[in-house]
Amino acid sequence: MTAELSAPKPHVPLLELMGVFFRVGITSFGGSTAAWLYKEIVERRGWLDDDHFLTALTLAQVLPGANPVNLSIYVGSQLRGGIGGVAAAFGMIGPPFVIILILGFLYRQYGDSTMAHAILAGLAAVGVGMTLSIGVKLARKVRKPAPVAIAVVLFVTVGVLHWPMIPMVLGLTPLSIGLEHMRARKRAS
Amino acid sequence: MNDTRLLAILLVFAPLSLISFGGGQAIIAEMQHQVVDIHHWMSGPEFADLFALSRAAPGPSTLIAALIGWQVAGFAGAVMGTLAIYIPSSLVVYAAVRWWHASKESPWRNALERGLMPLAVGLVFAGALAVLEAAHVSALQIFTTIVAAALLTYTQASVYMIMAVTALAFAALQFV
Repeated sequence: MTAELSAPKPHVPLLELMGVFFRVGITSFGGSTAAWLYKEIVERRGWLDDDHFLTALTLAQVLPGANPVNLSIYVGSQLRGGIGGVAAAFGMIGPPFVIILILGFLYRQYGDSTMAHAILAGLAAVGVGMTLSIGVKLARKVRKPAPVAIAVVLFVTVGVLHWPMIPMVLGLTPLSIGLEHMRARKRAS
Repeated sequence: MNDTRLLAILLVFAPLSLISFGGGQAIIAEMQHQVVDIHHWMSGPEFADLFALSRAAPGPSTLIAALIGWQVAGFAGAVMGTLAIYIPSSLVVYAAVRWWHASKESPWRNALERGLMPLAVGLVFAGALAVLEAAHVSALQIFTTIVAAALLTYTQASVYMIMAVTALAFAALQFV
């Protein structure tokens, strides 16, 4: 396959686009969505090249929103504009939405049984473990004192002291981005 | 009555959507606070149960918004919760992707990428703590959390394998 930068974008029918995300949405669990999408979109169909996909991954991770949904918006809108983003995101969220409502229904029926409680307690513990592991992997990329301080301040104020999250994040976001911008400028000069 | 509830769901989830840097786990702490302490839609342990369901199900963990919405206002609540948690962040992503490709030379691109990372880290750990607090956890659960986190960080172990083994173990302990 040619990897020219100016290669014309392949024409992708909306239904096919939605179908790919639909399949990935229903088969990929936990953190494996990106790996499945890579296989389908880069390797099998050649809709995006490697570098492009990597940018998509990074942006999907740092911007607000669930990573798989952000990836869908990115890929869909790159291939077919805004409507493509909607189709891809809809394909990605649709099947899990139905499944989780079925689980919610079962929870209402059987949630009071001690057995259900025991199993959910175990699953919640693993869920927190997943969250911690994502945190550790992200934290490895944060090394410098100032960004570490920002992460710690946010954890202590929001997590330990229960300060309201939204004003904290709105205050720290420009500070954190501004610091990185200044550091980059200092390095350049 | 139902309209006020739908509006309340929208007002809880839409702002959280905009600050969910790093995904669903980032906003769990505030979600728990809003749903349990402020709106009294459910108890802490019930919230922890829904968290467990959303983690065990396929798809993004933010779908917990659908479960909470359903609990509060039925099917319409589930739809409202889902739209409120995905549309605001998706619009930001759409705008950011367009800006990203339009400004190839901008030094702000790197600053944005690096600058948002520490926020995600802080929020993700706050989220883990919030669920542990809400669930009134036992020593066995804390042990399970630590083992699961270690396996997922340092090995290639599959989440679903770990969940299946844990579910079986916790179920079996009921008979001891």
